[in-house]
Amino acid sequence: MSTDTDVDYDVKDPTLSRFDLVKEGARRDGVEIVHYAPRFPKPGTRAERRVERTIALLFGLTGLLGLAFVVAYIWWPWEYQHGTGLDKFYNPVLGLTLGGSLACLGAAIVVWAKKLLPEEVSIQDRHDAPDLDERALTGATIMNMVDETGIKRRPLLKGALLVGAAPLGLAAAAPLVGGLIKKPGNILFETAWKPANGNLIKVTREDGSEVRPEDVSVGGQATVFPGVPHGATNQHADSPVLLIHLRQKDADALRANLKNVAVNSEDGGAMWGNYVAYSKICTHAGCPASLYEQQTNRLLCPCHQSQFQITDNARPVFGPATRRLPMLPLTVENGVFVAKSDFRVPIGPGFWERP
Amino acid sequence: MKRRKIDIAALPAKAGAEIDDRLQVSSPLRRLFNKVFPDHWSFLLGEIALYSFVILLLTGTFLTLWFDPSMQEVTYDGTYTPLKGIEMSRAYESSLTLSFEVRGGLIMRQMHHWAALLFMAAIVAHMLRVFFTGAFRKPRELNWIIGVLLFWLGFVEGFAGYSLPDDALSGTGLRIAHAIMLSIPVVGTWVATSLFGGEFPGHEILGRLYIAHVLLVPAILLGLIAAHMGLLVKQKHTQWPGPGRTDHNVVGIRMFPGFAAKAGGFFMLVFGLVALLGGLFQINPVWLFGPYEAAVVSAASQPDWYVMFLDGSTRLMPPWEARFPLWPGHHYTLPPLFWPTVVLPGVLTMLPLFYPFIEARFTKDKRAHHLLQRPRDVPTRTALGAMAVSFYLVLLLSGANDVIAYKFHISLNAMTWAGRIGLLIVPPLAYWLTYRACLGLQQHDREVLAHGVETGIIKRLPDGRFVEVHQPLAVPDAHGHTELPYAGWVVPKKMNRLGALVPTVKGFFFPIEEPAKPAPQEERPVGAGTSREEITSSKK
Repeated sequence: MSTDTDVDYDVKDPTLSRFDLVKEGARRDGVEIVHYAPRFPKPGTRAERRVERTIALLFGLTGLLGLAFVVAYIWWPWEYQHGTGLDKFYNPVLGLTLGGSLACLGAAIVVWAKKLLPEEVSIQDRHDAPDLDERALTGATIMNMVDETGIKRRPLLKGALLVGAAPLGLAAAAPLVGGLIKKPGNILFETAWKPANGNLIKVTREDGSEVRPEDVSVGGQATVFPGVPHGATNQHADSPVLLIHLRQKDADALRANLKNVAVNSEDGGAMWGNYVAYSKICTHAGCPASLYEQQTNRLLCPCHQSQFQITDNARPVFGPATRRLPMLPLTVENGVFVAKSDFRVPIGPGFWERP
Repeated sequence: MKRRKIDIAALPAKAGAEIDDRLQVSSPLRRLFNKVFPDHWSFLLGEIALYSFVILLLTGTFLTLWFDPSMQEVTYDGTYTPLKGIEMSRAYESSLTLSFEVRGGLIMRQMHHWAALLFMAAIVAHMLRVFFTGAFRKPRELNWIIGVLLFWLGFVEGFAGYSLPDDALSGTGLRIAHAIMLSIPVVGTWVATSLFGGEFPGHEILGRLYIAHVLLVPAILLGLIAAHMGLLVKQKHTQWPGPGRTDHNVVGIRMFPGFAAKAGGFFMLVFGLVALLGGLFQINPVWLFGPYEAAVVSAASQPDWYVMFLDGSTRLMPPWEARFPLWPGHHYTLPPLFWPTVVLPGVLTMLPLFYPFIEARFTKDKRAHHLLQRPRDVPTRTALGAMAVSFYLVLLLSGANDVIAYKFHISLNAMTWAGRIGLLIVPPLAYWLTYRACLGLQQHDREVLAHGVETGIIKRLPDGRFVEVHQPLAVPDAHGHTELPYAGWVVPKKMNRLGALVPTVKGFFFPIEEPAKPAPQEERPVGAGTSREEITSSKK
């Protein structure tokens, strides 16, 4: 800074040592070096040589491990083989050599800085007091800019600027937002189970095969999908269903409770015999509620631990879920399970428009 | 004519002169070299975050050369035999290719993931340091705000990153994110449908997350980090109080060579640590999770640690759904998911953003501060911080409550209830305990300043009483008291802090402990550095 420059100081003065110049430079930068001493006042002592050897060793290790990394990278068998083999050690060897090399380099530099660089205490002035004169001058300059435009005394231009700029701003935002916007329509209300062209949708396994009542043993359950093209893929992520074959007394308990949820008892009931099917998509956050505890007939969602009591129409009995899992109305046609209709309420997590 | 000899030794000076002729850089360059940095271990935490970010950029760029964020269905036919013939998305397939068929791809993937975890951990630790020492006070409020934004951007960046491989965990996380968007009142379904380009999961989301993850968010992060560093240089670093240190100076070492060498060495150490972690410790083994399928999830599905506290808050939320008619016949729903995943993060963003101003308003402190405060000297702030940390920890533990329940054979529901109750009572308790601890520590500092350090020597007086001999820190008055002011910095509380004893155990493997020589008979005060040789009681 020019304000710190001392005109009387002659940097060309031959009597000045280099460190004198360093101190003068620091002084002009507002820094005073108050303590500056070599770590080893007497050069070549045993202690100093020991530090030098340590640093040299660390640099040596850096090179050695770096070389080992390159060698391992090229020649270690790396391609995946089933079972056990040397390839399983490829990654650990790379990590050990690369990490070791970098760590040695870091340690060498840090030891050098801490043990060999001179001890130093420097004090720098913060110059943190605001310069009020400068502030006044800059403020005046800014205000003058506003005056120069004359926007204050030209209300027409003020209005015109607003009228002109606002639509242009909208025009800039429109393609960004507009391109993304997509109308939800009824995608949250319909699933692949909706009968298509008057045909009921078959209940299928992941491989597309039909499910017959005798396939699911008493007390057993199976994850099933709508029998439509790609029905078991993520194209129909809202459609997975858990089909449960309840034991007699559990089925009786559920049947007795069916009337608690009007839609489930419509049309002769949504159960078929002792079979019942529930949407697998948790009504809390959409994870598959898939841990079925057979003894208590509870279904647990592993994401946030909502628990649904199957024998009470999948009522949420614990956790953050607030709604029952929707029941898929089941029936049997030609010996295989089909869905009587789509779910009668929207499946999955809640949303604003959900009635 | 003889060719003029090139003087090699003079070349650098000549080159420097040529550059300075054209750019006039000597003065600004020297000012940079001479910039003074204060030294304290706690100032390294932010550096770790910075270095992790550099590692993330390096490894991330490598990963983009192979990763393909496409949701097109393909059949796996790579070298990883257990998944052969499985239907999966192109994104997941390319993640597998990166892990198994690109030489060194796996270590890059794992280093990227570890560096991300370290980045967030360092940010949190750095934030705690800044908060508890009052480094956010005027004039550094803006840098604090940038720091809070950096945390949340890192959060978003991390979430986008682990959603990309399209394995079972990322898909589950995305499904929850979709549900969170749906839970927003009025616009929720529009937001979710627009971002996912239709139904969940659709075909758009990975491509959009990818461009956000590799370009948009990193660009903003980079800009904010540059601003963060620029402000740090402009405003100069805070420092702890100590001899010669005032609010108007910085005491430390100059940037070159000392500080730069230490920082550069530290970068290499962090880099080495990340490489070791990436090589030796498996992280996010996507090939074990399998591709995402909407019907499949495994128990103990956990997000990365920095997202876990929100998972915890979601688990603890009671099933409170608001359902109301806005006009007859039309009911609207406000799902319980809205509160812990939208409102809570909103509050957790806003509160820290405004904290510096709230504190200044309550303490009526409008001055600029460059000296740090010891947490004990500001009990209210420290206690509030402890309250926030304990709130966070309850949420974090609740994010793993199923694993804890399973490992320790505790009822899962009991864990949830413990979390719900704990969230309400632990933070106030932490506040009270911390406040009392701060006062106690303050009092002890003052006591040592007034009476001296406990020596451990018990004396029996002629009348039979036992008293402990105290070593005063200055020449005491007639009552044996010293009137020393508290300087806002560590008060020595042990004799060896006064230089009166050498550390008793030297060396780790071979403790060199010599029997102490009998103490000198006469007692004399151990003044500031006067009597090191005289009182030293063991070797040398």
